[in-house]
Amino acid sequence: MNFETIASRPEAAPRSSTQQTAKISVRHLDFFYGKFQGLKNINLEVAERRVTAFIGPSGCGKSTLLRTLNRMYSLYPGQRAVGEIMFNGRNILDAGVDLNTLRAKVGMVFQKPTPFPMSIYDNIAFGVRLYENLSARAMDERVEWALVKAAMWEEAKNKLKQSGMALSGGQQQRLCIARAVAVKPEVLLLDEPTSALDPISTAKIEELISELKTEYTIAIVTHNMQQAARVSDYTAYMYLGELIEFGATDELFLKPSRKETEDYITGRFG
Amino acid sequence: MGEHTYKQFDAEMEEIRSGVLAMGGLVETQLARAIQSLRHPDLDQIDSVATDEQAINQMQVTIDHQCSQIIAKRQPAAIDLRMILTVVKIVNELERIGDEVKKIAYKAQQMQRPERLTGVRLFDIARAAELAEDNVQLALDTFARLDVNAAANVVSNDDAIDAAFLAIMRQLISYMMEDPRTITPALEIVFIAKSIERIGDHAKNIAENVVHVVKGIDVRHATAEQIRAEVAE
Repeated sequence: MNFETIASRPEAAPRSSTQQTAKISVRHLDFFYGKFQGLKNINLEVAERRVTAFIGPSGCGKSTLLRTLNRMYSLYPGQRAVGEIMFNGRNILDAGVDLNTLRAKVGMVFQKPTPFPMSIYDNIAFGVRLYENLSARAMDERVEWALVKAAMWEEAKNKLKQSGMALSGGQQQRLCIARAVAVKPEVLLLDEPTSALDPISTAKIEELISELKTEYTIAIVTHNMQQAARVSDYTAYMYLGELIEFGATDELFLKPSRKETEDYITGRFG
Repeated sequence: MGEHTYKQFDAEMEEIRSGVLAMGGLVETQLARAIQSLRHPDLDQIDSVATDEQAINQMQVTIDHQCSQIIAKRQPAAIDLRMILTVVKIVNELERIGDEVKKIAYKAQQMQRPERLTGVRLFDIARAAELAEDNVQLALDTFARLDVNAAANVVSNDDAIDAAFLAIMRQLISYMMEDPRTITPALEIVFIAKSIERIGDHAKNIAENVVHVVKGIDVRHATAEQIRAEVAE
């Protein structure tokens, strides 16, 4: 970001440029857990090949919003979303959407590492086999490619047949990212991906996020505001199911436009 | 601004803010002593100015350390971050004012020798120094009250100090052309006038930094009118 002084600012020029291609456009989104409304009229755009962070106190709806982006909520009865989430020219909330295909395009990594009880190799190959019929050699290449993408290859290449459950927490989480990347999604949703990890594993995941964003669109939910500030290009602050402020991370953490956002990020909340 | 959830964070921020105001108060006292010594030479006052300068240096080191600590421990954001960054700059400005005041006092001491007073009056210098003193005081009030409107006044007042500096220079050049014997004392006055002009600049910088804390905009190099328009938004 090139910080301007008012002396240098050209007349009538916009103060910041946030023009990006939108990968996902959320419009007038409401979400209900039974009768309880968890999201209220959310409007935002997730920029392509950028990292968008959702921050806010517990219960503000940030994870709920993330779970609408690949319709993970559809697994649970009584949960419904109303509005529009445009992805590749289609409203993914429409009844006829193939959820398996959607979730292959919009992958997700959860707070707690969730390796399958199988080998490292099979953890990655499992998802790929569902969508593609690859030769053994092509599958080997895909597994290596995914592990390289997740910065795991050097650690895992000599123990591909070992159980994924035997890895450390940080390695398990990178294995989950490799698994999500292996099916070549367009969007990665990360739901507090480092909250169970130590600082070194956290740093590796954050480094990975900044590398992955050159090819993928990433949305991340995090309780760690400094993490949002470090890894994201855009930040959304949510509170009580509403989107309070959404803007460039560089501006939001230095000069938020809403007092509610400022109170939250400066620790004056509650 | 409301209170932080961590009350200790509030206490640390208040300690830093009070430290800046105490440092500013000492700089004001030091400057008043230097002006006094310009009008009525007094060796005790000049010694006090030097002692003050050492205390001011120590305060800068202490406040800088407190700011480093708060950044490391609290990771301040938004207005807190702007405040800490600004405090680091303001204590630097105050320390440099302290240096300039010491220079003024030393020059005043040299000029006490009778033969050096030939033909050059100190009246205009003392007037310019008082303008700078008023502006330092206003800049510190601007910080204490986070008053962005007063900040624009500090910036416009600095124009008067710059004008006084140029007037003194013209006067001294006239003296020096008419009588070469005045060159040595005139040059000493040039140094004093330059120090006063720099003090005015430091006061202006303090006020501009306060605008950055409150409004989050960078008004360095802007005119007083531009600042007034910006803070009115």
